[in-house]
Amino acid sequence: MADYNEELDASGLNCPLPILRAKKKLNTMESGQVLRIIATDPGSVKDFDAFAKQTGNTLLSTEEEGDKYAFFIKKK
Amino acid sequence: MSDEKKLAIIATKGSLDWAYPPLILASTASALGYETEIFFTFYGLAMLKKKLNLQVSPLGNPAMPMPMPVPVIMQAMPGMQAMMSSMMKKTMKKKGVASVEELRDLCLEAEVRMVACQMTVDLFDFDTKDFIDEVEYGGAATFFEFAGKSDICLYI
Repeated sequence: MADYNEELDASGLNCPLPILRAKKKLNTMESGQVLRIIATDPGSVKDFDAFAKQTGNTLLSTEEEGDKYAFFIKKK
Repeated sequence: MSDEKKLAIIATKGSLDWAYPPLILASTASALGYETEIFFTFYGLAMLKKKLNLQVSPLGNPAMPMPMPVPVIMQAMPGMQAMMSSMMKKTMKKKGVASVEELRDLCLEAEVRMVACQMTVDLFDFDTKDFIDEVEYGGAATFFEFAGKSDICLYI
């Protein structure tokens, strides 16, 4: 998948921590930059979609690899 | 007045399990861009103590999953509540669920406004020195000042 500027490992964390950590990380980034988030919480698939829709950041793609998920979010 | 969405929560319960809904929703709402206020009243004030010691009790809670069946009379034995609380905290840690302390810190960091009900503080003779410094004190009218403009209002 595409390039990314920053990465966040939220493996093992449960709702709502992956979202909260991602938000915190995005705050430190610049507009247009891409954050890759790794998570293991199955609920995070729907949650990152909802997060993106509500915050105006773009969810570029979601990848699933075994029991891990990778989300690519482009900062608004 | 900002055009951010607003979430107002009344938190009335002070057990470990009931501390989660208001703190999870408030911290998440902040991450989504909501301006958020929690009004803590009655037992909800326990969530504002500097030193948190929230407990969970299986008593009166037949839906609580137990690692093994424990007769209700045994659940009332001394030490049972402390044991259940400690087991619950361990399970939460293992499952990657945030601690109440962590969620509260995240709320404060996100500038969730925390208002303690002055009447209940007086009623229970609580010492405000035992509460975290970020707490503001107010009454029902203070709550409505914010809640009246809110998009979502929850009583927990």
